[in-house]
Amino acid sequence: MGDLIWILISTVLVNNFTLAYFLGLCPFMGVSARVETALRMGMANIFVLTITSICAWLLNTFLLDHAPYLRVISFIVVIASLVQIVEMVIKKVSPALFKQLGIYLPLITTNCAILGLAIFQTNKEYDFFQGLFFAIGAGLGLTLALVLMASIREDAERAQVPKIAQGMALVLIIAGSLSMAFMGFAGLGSAS
Amino acid sequence: MRETTPKQDLFRGIWKENPVLIQMLGLCPALAVTNTVENSLAMGVATFFVLLGSSLSVSLLKKFIPGEVRISTYIMIIATFVTVADMSLEAMVPVVHKKLGAFIALIVVNCMILGRQEAFASKRPVGRALLDAVGVGTGFMIAMVMMGGVREILGMGSFLNIPLFGDNYEPWVVMILPAGGFLTLGFWLLGLNWWAERKKQRQKVLAARESSERRAA
Repeated sequence: MGDLIWILISTVLVNNFTLAYFLGLCPFMGVSARVETALRMGMANIFVLTITSICAWLLNTFLLDHAPYLRVISFIVVIASLVQIVEMVIKKVSPALFKQLGIYLPLITTNCAILGLAIFQTNKEYDFFQGLFFAIGAGLGLTLALVLMASIREDAERAQVPKIAQGMALVLIIAGSLSMAFMGFAGLGSAS
Repeated sequence: MRETTPKQDLFRGIWKENPVLIQMLGLCPALAVTNTVENSLAMGVATFFVLLGSSLSVSLLKKFIPGEVRISTYIMIIATFVTVADMSLEAMVPVVHKKLGAFIALIVVNCMILGRQEAFASKRPVGRALLDAVGVGTGFMIAMVMMGGVREILGMGSFLNIPLFGDNYEPWVVMILPAGGFLTLGFWLLGLNWWAERKKQRQKVLAARESSERRAA
């Protein structure tokens, strides 16, 4: 159990998916202008990452031992189709939830955090529960980074920014400072 | 659809519409594996190969790919070339392959590659698609080396593992850490924006001078 909690903490803080591995940068740059949207995006990410982890574990355990060269292709295809199915089910079962997460789901499927999670999980040879905690940690980490970024950007809007620094340059430099702040967590150590 | 000449197809991706520095596509590899020039080059070459292969295949197969499932088809084609690149790198340069790790497989979700298929290769003849792929691939490689160069020189005091500053140099360790990736790209963009702004100002001054001279004459 301690091992699982350690995986969770380590992926949220020490090896944050966005700030240490640069995964999920598109939403990090794209939908981080408002805290509320950032939070919803984060929730949708946690959801898809969890599904991905289960998928990847099933594929790895039952199929890919015999054909490792199909790994990348099968991950992409299976994850994309499953998210599509889940999206349809949610739309049918809970329209309210769909309204909250719906528009983000298709965007997320082709996000590098999703494929990244599946591949990292494979490389680290995690079992089912380790993978699950890894996925939840990664999702929470993404949400944390997104919300922090969005709050800083909401404030930065009221600041006087020189013309050459407006837009992407400012976002990247803020991200750099955030990433530096997260380097402090490296003192906690890292999961093997 | 805007008509372009073959020359434009080849050259615009290199600088004017550079995928990383101008269009901000493919940021994940541009930040993640550019801590040394060697890694940047390896990633650049792998991406170039995947882009070239996918553009060629998509352009050849465009008549057979049904519109409704085109994106998934492109992704399958890209994933095939990524698997080839992954296995070739593992066989030829195992050390570099180990350093790049999962990021080679992540070329699949590099939006720059998918973007070129959707926007260009699926609508143009094979020759044009290849020219475009070469241009964009070269542009990506240039951006990767710009990132890797700055980060390796400042972070380790060397370029392509050749020491530059002698023993007394104190390396800026932060540059080879993740934070350095964000900061380097941020400062490159600052520099490029400053350059573009300066050029605009100069043109304004020149235009103003010309019109006043004309008035005087």
